[in-house]
Amino acid sequence: MTGPWPLRLTLLAAVGGLAVFPWVGDPFYVELVIHLMILGIFAMSLDLLMGYTGLVSFGHAAFFGISGYLLALMTPESGGLSIWLALPVCLAGTAVAALVVGWFSVRTSGIYFIMITLAFAQMAFFFFVEHQDFGGTDGLFVADKPFVGFGGWQLLDLRDEHSFYFFTLGLLVVTYLLLAMILRAPFGQVIRGIRANEARTRALGYPTQRYKLISFVIAGTFAGLAGFLEAAHTEYVSPSHLGWHESGLVLMYVILGGMGTLYGPVLGAFVMGLLHDQFQDLTEHFNLVMGFFVIAVVLFLPDGVAGLVARLGRARGGGPADPPR
Amino acid sequence: MDIAQFLVQVLNGVQYGFLLFLVASGLTLIFGIMGIINLAHGAFYMFGAYVAFWLTGVTGSLAAGILLGLPFIIAIGFLIERFAISFLYSRDHLYQVLLTYGLILIFNEMQKILWGTDFYSVPVPEVLSGSIPLTENQAYPVYRLFISLVCLGIAASLYLVIGRTRLGMMIRAGASNREMTQALGVDITKVFSVVFSLGAALAAFSGMIGAPVSAVYPGMGDHILIISFVVVVIGGIGSIKGAFIGAMLIGLADTFGKVLLPELASMTIYALMALVLLWRPQGLFGRPAT
Amino acid sequence: MTKTVTKGASRRQFMTGAAATAGMAAAASFVPTRFAIGAKAPVKVGIMLPFSGTYAMLGNSITDAMKLRIEQAGGRLGGRPVEYATIDSEWTPAKGQIKANKLVKKDRVDFVVGPVHSGIAMAMSKVLLRDRMPIWIIPNAGNNLLTRDHCAPHVFRTSFTNWQSAHVAGELMAKEGVKTVVTCTWKYAAGIQMMEAGKASFEKAGGKVIKEIWVPFPDVEFQAYLSEIAALKPDAVFSFYSGGGAIKYVKEFAAAGLRDTIKLYGPGFLTEGVSRAQGEAAEGIKTALHYADNLGTPEDNAFRAAYKKAYGKDPNVFSVQGYDTGSLLLQGMAAVGGDVGARADLIDAMETATFYDSPRGVWRMSKSHNPIQDIYIRRVEKGRQISVGIGAKQLEDPGTGCKMIA
Repeated sequence: MTGPWPLRLTLLAAVGGLAVFPWVGDPFYVELVIHLMILGIFAMSLDLLMGYTGLVSFGHAAFFGISGYLLALMTPESGGLSIWLALPVCLAGTAVAALVVGWFSVRTSGIYFIMITLAFAQMAFFFFVEHQDFGGTDGLFVADKPFVGFGGWQLLDLRDEHSFYFFTLGLLVVTYLLLAMILRAPFGQVIRGIRANEARTRALGYPTQRYKLISFVIAGTFAGLAGFLEAAHTEYVSPSHLGWHESGLVLMYVILGGMGTLYGPVLGAFVMGLLHDQFQDLTEHFNLVMGFFVIAVVLFLPDGVAGLVARLGRARGGGPADPPR
Repeated sequence: MDIAQFLVQVLNGVQYGFLLFLVASGLTLIFGIMGIINLAHGAFYMFGAYVAFWLTGVTGSLAAGILLGLPFIIAIGFLIERFAISFLYSRDHLYQVLLTYGLILIFNEMQKILWGTDFYSVPVPEVLSGSIPLTENQAYPVYRLFISLVCLGIAASLYLVIGRTRLGMMIRAGASNREMTQALGVDITKVFSVVFSLGAALAAFSGMIGAPVSAVYPGMGDHILIISFVVVVIGGIGSIKGAFIGAMLIGLADTFGKVLLPELASMTIYALMALVLLWRPQGLFGRPAT
Repeated sequence: MTKTVTKGASRRQFMTGAAATAGMAAAASFVPTRFAIGAKAPVKVGIMLPFSGTYAMLGNSITDAMKLRIEQAGGRLGGRPVEYATIDSEWTPAKGQIKANKLVKKDRVDFVVGPVHSGIAMAMSKVLLRDRMPIWIIPNAGNNLLTRDHCAPHVFRTSFTNWQSAHVAGELMAKEGVKTVVTCTWKYAAGIQMMEAGKASFEKAGGKVIKEIWVPFPDVEFQAYLSEIAALKPDAVFSFYSGGGAIKYVKEFAAAGLRDTIKLYGPGFLTEGVSRAQGEAAEGIKTALHYADNLGTPEDNAFRAAYKKAYGKDPNVFSVQGYDTGSLLLQGMAAVGGDVGARADLIDAMETATFYDSPRGVWRMSKSHNPIQDIYIRRVEKGRQISVGIGAKQLEDPGTGCKMIA
């Protein structure tokens, strides 16, 4: 993991906490945490674009949804689809989609990039809405969860809630580590350079367009991983999974959690998801409370929730704990 | 499609374009001048429609409703700019996005608390309720033509205010170089307050004047928000002329998409936006990115 | 439950998948045993309806009337007090499952009432059909398949199938001498099913649909389509819209002068709950639906008065569906004395109940658990839906593909 040791310890503790949660948590919250971990992966993937490459995508849910549709379409009615086939196909499919969208999109920047990614996502959204073969607005079922095993021998039963939980937790950690690795590699230095000053990075001889495109494809593929998990978990996918509301929500998770930290967006997803759940029980007007909460975070936590964590870490650990930028 | 049909559809497209320009103009102002991606734009539109519904019911006249309602919306816009957005100018633009997202949640909930969840509408004012025969069995409502005229008026005034007046000069200067303008003694914070209130008022006004040809219901701002962004981006950010041309293009593309390519009608405007951006990455009349 | 794969509905589509994974019913570890603990423990009714967004009015109407019905009966179901767990379904199927899970796993409800949107019904079904618990009552979503291919013993609907009102509206057009029709409808599940039903019954009666116009859902910019309709010069237009779209469509249809030469028909949702907002433009439009504002039966009068007193406004068809959901709960629970554990008896009582006290008139459950009910022909007069006769008496959805129909 990247970052100074207080942060590493905090993250390790968080993963440890997540690892014991299924044994102590209410079954519904186990379910909810699976959902939030999936959104965490989704949000981390967007952070690679927003927080590190400086590209704000408003169409990221397209890849999340496309992956789900691929899983729904390839799962045979009788079930038993091997994950060794399903996952690569879903990831490759979303990578190709991201390559196509990215190839066009990275020519623009700033708000125009935001809008062109939205345009492609909306086209994908309406494609699934319009095609009744894909279930139209009602969406599609995934006939069965993928089979994790070799030959006939089962390694992990994804139908079991706890197994699915740990499967997702494992992938959350793997995603974090992979993205952190990518960011530490020379590639990561270049995309950060693009975010800081694209012209200078180009002047240094880096083909920035290509780097942005690669970053876009990586982010799209991880969003596809999240979409795969969500569809496998809920056994359902619909056009609303790739609508702009979803793209907007994940964008909010990233900003609220803290851009450019990787763990911040995961925090963002958890904070928003859990507060939404709690406020909903408290008051009929939970959206009002959520609205004020969001505004309070913007005004009082300059670097999102992650900034608060980092600040606390600094106060306790004494060392500089600024998120890697 | 014969020539008469074609002309009728052109009229439909242009008319829709006028409506789109009206909603999008406020967005392009705020966007171009303050650099704020105002997600609450659709919420202001919805609020305008509800305020028009409410005050028209109280006063019995849409005109009175609009005149009474606008100052109210301007005040809300001003307060939001002063007490929330103004703290964010030195920060990453994305925090403003998050803030305006919070505003959407609050606006939607306030609408529910104030007016409930029923569907409403505003009657067309009596004097404008007639219609003009168009083809042998189709007529055109006078009110729609009236809206078009109002839109033209607003387009012209915005163009003149920004191009010819002192305020417009300050606005343009502030948009292109904030620090320099400030150094020259212009109080840029005041300019921003004015621009944000004006943008909010334009959104609300289009909700108000559009209410009689639309319906007033929860969530009505959602679709408007996205399509306004499409218009603004096609035209080029901050350009009133661009927003106008963009609105016309979208209005016509949407109309003819529905008639000629009904299977793809839902995607036409997005495809158009993608094409425009591939051709000109900064929109039709935007300044090239530096 | 066996795997049901029928033409037109692949296993991936709508519902079947969930029912087929009955092997996972083992996960149903929480069969409520509260009755054994104490008959006075509250019955938990989960409500999953939209309370925000465009269709919040439907959620509120259904909930208000259901609670009113149960209050009227002393606020108890089978002698037990009632506790409601309410969750805002919003309008996105993507969150449907986690919300349904909250009702089932956290609130541990005995009944789930919802939703309005058939996409959300689909997401919910993965939870509610998998464990075959709790009992699920659908107070609106009219998707035919819910009580056809994908019917299930513990799933009941108190509203309608999309087929029912559209079928009658199609016949109505033919009866009124309409020869040529253009359909103009939102392209989504409900719109498609209603158009198919309306077109089938209209063409069977000798009419002809000369063009089907599909409007992307939920687009409300109708001008281009209205001009197209004008050029086609049909005798009538058959449309399904609801909510804000219905208001705008009907107003624009009138404003474009089309109603002088072309009649407008449709399933009752075209004017239901929105005719006041549509104003003069809606006057005279004929639609078909399982309720009207002037039925004048003692049951309906009492209901309308009580509803108006409690909530300060007139009820609509959605309130009636909510009210009857309350009746269904009352009758079922009364039959088993509040013992939700007596599942077979409870389901049997709900299945065989006849509702004599319903505002819509007498109705009963079909074998596939959808109301067998009168469909009224209504005309809008001064903003009210006035019944001008019964279009189909005790109409039953064919229930094609439902395995429960012997």
